[in-house]
Amino acid sequence: MIGLEHYLTVAAVLFVIGIFGLFLNRKNVIILLMSIELILLSVNINFVAFSSYLDDMAGQVFTLFILTVAAAEAAIGLAILVVFFRNRGTIDVEDVNVMKG
Amino acid sequence: MQADLNTILPEILIALYAMLALVAAVYTGKDKLAAPITYLTAAVFLGMSAYIGLNGSDATAAFGGMFQDDAFARFAKVMILVSAAAVLVMGMGYLESRNMMKFEYPILVALSVVGMMFMVSAGDLMALYMGLELQSLALYVIAAMRRDSVRSTEAGLKYFVLGALSSGLLLYGASLVYGYAGTTLFSGIIAAAGEGLAPIGLLFGLVFVMAGLAFKVSAVPFHMWTPDVYEGSPTPVTAFFATAPKVAAMALFARVLHDAFGGVSADWSQVLALLSMLSMFLGAIAAIGQTNIKRLMAYSSIAHMGYALIGVAAGTALGVEAMLTYMAIYVTMNIGTFAFILSMERDGLPVTDISALNLYSKAEPGKALALLVLLFSLAGVPPMLGFFAKLGVWRAGVDAGLYWLVVASAVASAIGAFYYLRIVYYMYFGEEDAGSTLDKSRSPVLWIMLMGSAALMLIGVISLFGIDSAAAQAAAALVN
Repeated sequence: MIGLEHYLTVAAVLFVIGIFGLFLNRKNVIILLMSIELILLSVNINFVAFSSYLDDMAGQVFTLFILTVAAAEAAIGLAILVVFFRNRGTIDVEDVNVMKG
Repeated sequence: MQADLNTILPEILIALYAMLALVAAVYTGKDKLAAPITYLTAAVFLGMSAYIGLNGSDATAAFGGMFQDDAFARFAKVMILVSAAAVLVMGMGYLESRNMMKFEYPILVALSVVGMMFMVSAGDLMALYMGLELQSLALYVIAAMRRDSVRSTEAGLKYFVLGALSSGLLLYGASLVYGYAGTTLFSGIIAAAGEGLAPIGLLFGLVFVMAGLAFKVSAVPFHMWTPDVYEGSPTPVTAFFATAPKVAAMALFARVLHDAFGGVSADWSQVLALLSMLSMFLGAIAAIGQTNIKRLMAYSSIAHMGYALIGVAAGTALGVEAMLTYMAIYVTMNIGTFAFILSMERDGLPVTDISALNLYSKAEPGKALALLVLLFSLAGVPPMLGFFAKLGVWRAGVDAGLYWLVVASAVASAIGAFYYLRIVYYMYFGEEDAGSTLDKSRSPVLWIMLMGSAALMLIGVISLFGIDSAAAQAAAALVN
């Protein structure tokens, strides 16, 4: 029997993979975008699992909002990435370093 | 339904205005319309802030409690709208002379302001998230507004990646809070959290939500985007980042903690106190080595967020009042300082190096004196208003028993005074260095903003023009 805790575990694992993808990744920025997407989707699994467990629709409504915003966010992220690539000629994470911080 | 729509009328009007302006500009003059649209946007902001400020009805909740319109929200909204209007008008000269006057800029600012107004009025995790994202998505774009500059696009990229990460943390927390409280409404969460001991899952969610919000107010250890974004963005955009979004994020912080987690204040107060102390010290110490004034202002804003967080960490009405007053004074100081930074240019090119201010007092004694007042105020030197802002949060901290935090913040402000005073030293006692003088600024708008803000730092000591009593009302509406 698959219960709430199984879904929560999967979501937590995906979330952690997403966070590690953001911080350990040294290759390119597209992977950062994928990691961000992974984080948002793990949150969606959480919401849907809780929503079904609690028998409450609010969680699924929240999920739809997150999906919509994630699409807009990915569009803006890619647009910024394209203008960055035009100026810099690379999308390696190690080359995002004109300013040291 | 009609009453609900009336409650969010200002937000609807600004959103409609932004969309109409976008369509109008696309179908007619494009960037030729940029200047009129900027003035119109500033006028709309001021009109709406007057409407919100004067229409002071009682607290009303719309859409089943998802949207809260109370004195706290109104205070924050007026601050957001007025500062956004000031920054829009202030940046025009800079943008025009650098051929960066795009009509999208005021429209994106208007949309992000709508997001901020939803943030400070949020009564539900969904409303909070949608407001936060509307604000953030618009800000990512304007950070990268200068499309032909490596720095600006890099600032946009960094801001986007770290901002999206913070949204992810916040959402993960929101999902846990929803799961353990069974609702996304703040009024339901406080009921679930208030029954003696809060479930551990709820506290876990609270920590994630706080981490996400700490990113937005750029509190240490979630501050790393701030210096790069401040340095890389065009200066008018930096001025905007340093004012309205900070107010909105700080107000949202207080709103979530009091409206949704007011019953477990002992659990979050210590975490906030730690964030606050780290921010104050990092802001003070890391700024010492900076030579770029925009980067310096970034560390300064990190430190100032630390002081404002003392008020939130206190967890009392007095603390919220002190935080709101602090933010009002902080925004006024920053508008003046950025008006000065916008006017810093040599041979028509913008200069951000602090060494360019060598012996500035000899070239323009009036502006140097105004900047001196503002820097003293930012540092918190007693006769200026900035000191009384700090005094307010210290009083709230002592009242709440956070003695160690108050002592630490006094130490941090003494360290921080060094880098503000270093600029004053350059201006008055710098080395003779021919050829490094700045152009004489011709912009009357920047002059008025700089002088007005500096004058307020002195006049404000006598009277705060009712801001203190409005902040007290706002705090009473939030904490009960």
